[in-house]
Amino acid sequence: MKAKLRDMLKSQKVFVICSLILCVLFLITIFAPWVAPNDPIAVNLAHKLQPPSLDYPLGTDHLGRCTLSRILYGARISLGFAILIFISALSIGLIIGIIAGYKGGWVDQLLMRLGDGLMAIPSLLFVIGFVGIWGAGLKQVIIGLILVQWVYYARVIRGMVLSLKEHNYITAAKISGSSTCKIMRKHIIPNVLPSLAVMGTLEMGWAIMNLSSMSFLGLGVQPPAAEWGAMILEGKSYIRTHPALMIYPGLMIMLVVVTFNLLGESLSERFGVKRR
Amino acid sequence: MSLLEVKQVNHSYDSKKLFKWKNQSNKILIDISFVIEEGTCLGLIGTSGAGKSTLGKVILGIQPPQEGQVLFQGNDIYKADKLTRLKLRRDLQVVFQDSYSSVNPRMTAEQIISEPLENYEKLTVGEQRRRVIELLERVGLNENDLKKFPHQFSGGQLQRINIARAIALKPKLIVLDESVSSLDMVTQSLILQLLSELKDDFGLSYLFITHDIKAAFSISDQIGVLEKGELIELYDSKDQFFSSKHPIVKQLRDSILAEHPRFRTLTTKAN
Repeated sequence: MKAKLRDMLKSQKVFVICSLILCVLFLITIFAPWVAPNDPIAVNLAHKLQPPSLDYPLGTDHLGRCTLSRILYGARISLGFAILIFISALSIGLIIGIIAGYKGGWVDQLLMRLGDGLMAIPSLLFVIGFVGIWGAGLKQVIIGLILVQWVYYARVIRGMVLSLKEHNYITAAKISGSSTCKIMRKHIIPNVLPSLAVMGTLEMGWAIMNLSSMSFLGLGVQPPAAEWGAMILEGKSYIRTHPALMIYPGLMIMLVVVTFNLLGESLSERFGVKRR
Repeated sequence: MSLLEVKQVNHSYDSKKLFKWKNQSNKILIDISFVIEEGTCLGLIGTSGAGKSTLGKVILGIQPPQEGQVLFQGNDIYKADKLTRLKLRRDLQVVFQDSYSSVNPRMTAEQIISEPLENYEKLTVGEQRRRVIELLERVGLNENDLKKFPHQFSGGQLQRINIARAIALKPKLIVLDESVSSLDMVTQSLILQLLSELKDDFGLSYLFITHDIKAAFSISDQIGVLEKGELIELYDSKDQFFSSKHPIVKQLRDSILAEHPRFRTLTTKAN
């Protein structure tokens, strides 16, 4: 057992380390109220812009709020909503991609041209436009990001379904009397999933980055809620005197995005899936 | 009533293009008619691109022909309502050439073979497993192979699994689309032997599509020659085939390799 574990650690170092980091991050996210030393939105102007101390391990911001607590609570929004975006975009993309790939013909043309249309607009611009119409806020940004994101999944999945469809086992299943629904469930989705896991981990980094950039632009999470991008925005005014206010959330974004990307790379190596 | 009747089937793959300059249609099947009687095997020989596989698909009911009818047990399979079609499909099975791509790499042998059983026969878990084991044994494999995945089998073994799946529902007609062509000589003869045994046991009929004339003769009762989409001749015996004067048949006949290179007479000179 021990030897096996050591073997795994050696051969898949990146995979193990990345998964560990993410596990820790997820645990922190879930147990933020217990882990965080202070209330993340409690304003205390008497303690503003303090250096790290025992009470405030990473110091305080311009309103005297504990930076560490804000980072920990911020993980809830950044990670939590990134997962929400990922899962929703994936489900939409999976359904549309499979329908387009399997049915073919005009259904395929219609769905894919719709996707092409969405892809023609740069994704950030699209979200900004979306926010411009419906007003700034977390909900709008999330819906905008989902709308932008599903196209990528749909296209990749459609491609995979098209190549899977050529396999004789799909024809054989049809001849064995399997319904379309059963063919999807038993033959197509299981064969698409490993590639989706790879894509998903790579895209998670994208979702977090975009969510944070939107918040940084002041379009996403609204104060006083803590979110990494929004924290960078708030720290911006103090960049000369207290750069730490921007550095800590920035480092967190970097850590999470890099971890997700490395995890995606190692998964793709493992499953032998090529990146798009 | 004959088991399968193909009546004047015409088919072509039209190249559907948005900006079509001229109507390019590629005739794949031209006026094909033949009959397969119950318990017999029709061998269909032809060079690649002769339309053999398309004809197989048309008969299987997955490629509607542009013209003509396919009557299976007296019913037109493309005009039948959904329920009859599902019933007809049960009696019409297929074994493809590429054994690896004919099975889902993520399913075990048991799952592969039980797929048709799940669809047509509502069996209990134990009963179904018993049936699968029976089928495995019938095609020369055994119980230990139940939980194996396709990559753990050889090409010949996988083809046996494909055959087991095809006979699972005790069909009337099996389309063998180049089913033995990708196997080595020894495996090929073993599979052919298995197929002719099954034919006698279950009273099966085959449509044996191949480019291998020897294999076709070893199992077929009737031989048809397909060339450029046309069924040029139909023979009831080996002798008829060998005495035919048709140039295409002559070419096919000359292409049969002799048992030993020494015996080979080259009638078509290499350029």
